[in-house]
Amino acid sequence: MYFSSFAELVAMEGHGPYVWTCYAIALTVILFNLISPILKRRHFFTVQGRILRRERQQKQQQQL
Amino acid sequence: MAKSWKMPKWFYQLGSPRWFYDISGRLLPWFSVAAGVLLIAGAVWGLAFAPADYQQGNSFRIIYIHVPSAVLAQSCYMLMAVAGAINLIWKMKVADMIATCCAPIGISLAILALATGAIWGKPTWGAWWVWDARLTSMLILLFLFIGVYALHSAIEDEVTAGKAAAVLSLVGLVNIPIIKYSVEWWNTLHQASTFKVTEKPTMPPEMYLPLILMVVGFYCFFAVTLMMRTRAEVLRREKRAGWVRELVEAN
Amino acid sequence: MTKEAVVQGGEPQESSAELSLSRVFLIALRRDLLLAYRRRSDLVNPLVFFIMVATLFPLGVSPEPVFLSEVAAGVVWVAALLATLLSMDSLFRSDFDDGTLEQLLVSPQPMALLVVAKVCSHWLISGFPLTVLAPLLGVMLFLPSEGMTALVLSLLLGTPTLSLIGAIGAGLTVGLRKGGVLITVLVMPLYIPVLIFGTGAVQAAVAGLPIGGYLAILGAILALGFVLAPLAIAAALRISVSN
Repeated sequence: MYFSSFAELVAMEGHGPYVWTCYAIALTVILFNLISPILKRRHFFTVQGRILRRERQQKQQQQL
Repeated sequence: MAKSWKMPKWFYQLGSPRWFYDISGRLLPWFSVAAGVLLIAGAVWGLAFAPADYQQGNSFRIIYIHVPSAVLAQSCYMLMAVAGAINLIWKMKVADMIATCCAPIGISLAILALATGAIWGKPTWGAWWVWDARLTSMLILLFLFIGVYALHSAIEDEVTAGKAAAVLSLVGLVNIPIIKYSVEWWNTLHQASTFKVTEKPTMPPEMYLPLILMVVGFYCFFAVTLMMRTRAEVLRREKRAGWVRELVEAN
Repeated sequence: MTKEAVVQGGEPQESSAELSLSRVFLIALRRDLLLAYRRRSDLVNPLVFFIMVATLFPLGVSPEPVFLSEVAAGVVWVAALLATLLSMDSLFRSDFDDGTLEQLLVSPQPMALLVVAKVCSHWLISGFPLTVLAPLLGVMLFLPSEGMTALVLSLLLGTPTLSLIGAIGAGLTVGLRKGGVLITVLVMPLYIPVLIFGTGAVQAAVAGLPIGGYLAILGAILALGFVLAPLAIAAALRISVSN
């Protein structure tokens, strides 16, 4: 490893805040881009499931 | 203006949303694993094992985020424009959906490139923002993305919105070389000294190998997030189709 | 005389198959200029805006001649850019609202040609007066006299391009109710090369350098825009009307 200790890795000779902020922002962007479609998908199935269930109930009521 | 050249059969099969949903479902795990492995390996290598730059010190490690995100932002725009063109010429729904999903991803990638570029500037040049050619071009690219996204959101009818956004992204695509050339030229006029931010070809392999890992990893990540978004879009637009209903039932 | 009467009065009695392209262009141009003339008061707005923006800079920043003469080229150019954007929203709107646009789209005349006529008339009533007015602003902002010719020439070559590119934005948003600010968002990145080379020409002239290269690039961008923009505008209008 280029750094001799973990503390040095975090500090990065004074440039630590800059480097770690960048990587943190990158992680945020990556997570946002992964979570956002997952949430959309889950929301879709929830809503559509509800609609489908309601349609089925209405059909059953019509048959009765 | 809409010329339709005769394409082979598999080309039209690409236009089926269901086919896209199935095949993307099968590709997702592979690309996800690849993205995860490459990004983690590249980041660890770049952060902990690569040597620091002689002039810039450890802040140089930001390159492993800045360059991949910049490259991806540009590729994302090109894909958006090409997908839009395919939608305009062959009226393929899947192309329209892919183009629509590219815009928000491109915006986030361009913002990432700009933010990391600006943060990199502070220890390197002492300022949070410099009007250098690359950052300015990336800023303009961000505006182009925002324009396409804004136009798409402003039009209510989805099909019309997709077509209008496609025209705009194509106009932007034609302009991008002109914009790049003019910004670079403008920059040489107004900068006393040119700071070359990245990739001198004289980078030793310990420095540019992790960069390659990160670029490929970012491409895989882009594929993953684009596929996920487009799948959600396919479901939403095709919600009346039989196969979607079966999927809903299964859940 | 209503708008319809203008259209009918402009069209000759022979069948449209015998209309040459230049005749179509001139008829369309004449119609738009005539319609603009009917609303003369609207024509002044972009010009007043132009002068006002250039007035804001000394008031907001500094009236020092040393400072102003440095920024004069950029300020005049940015003001011209913004004034052009301001006038773009109404380019197709009235035709869209009363259905003339649909008629133009289904007519046998090539839409790209009609679009060129429309943009030409727009430039004649906005960009061209801006170019003529520019030296006045140059004087107000202490632009060195060496830069005046370059200012006028660069604007002469640049403002038609601004009208062409702006018309793409106008065509894409004509169906929307509040298209005005959106046009700015869409079109501003595309304006940047014209701005860079336009101001570059003026600054080169002030520094005593030759401006031929800049004017050549501006001319090339105009030529490219003149060929490609009408196609994009026609496509955009077709999409907007089909909505």
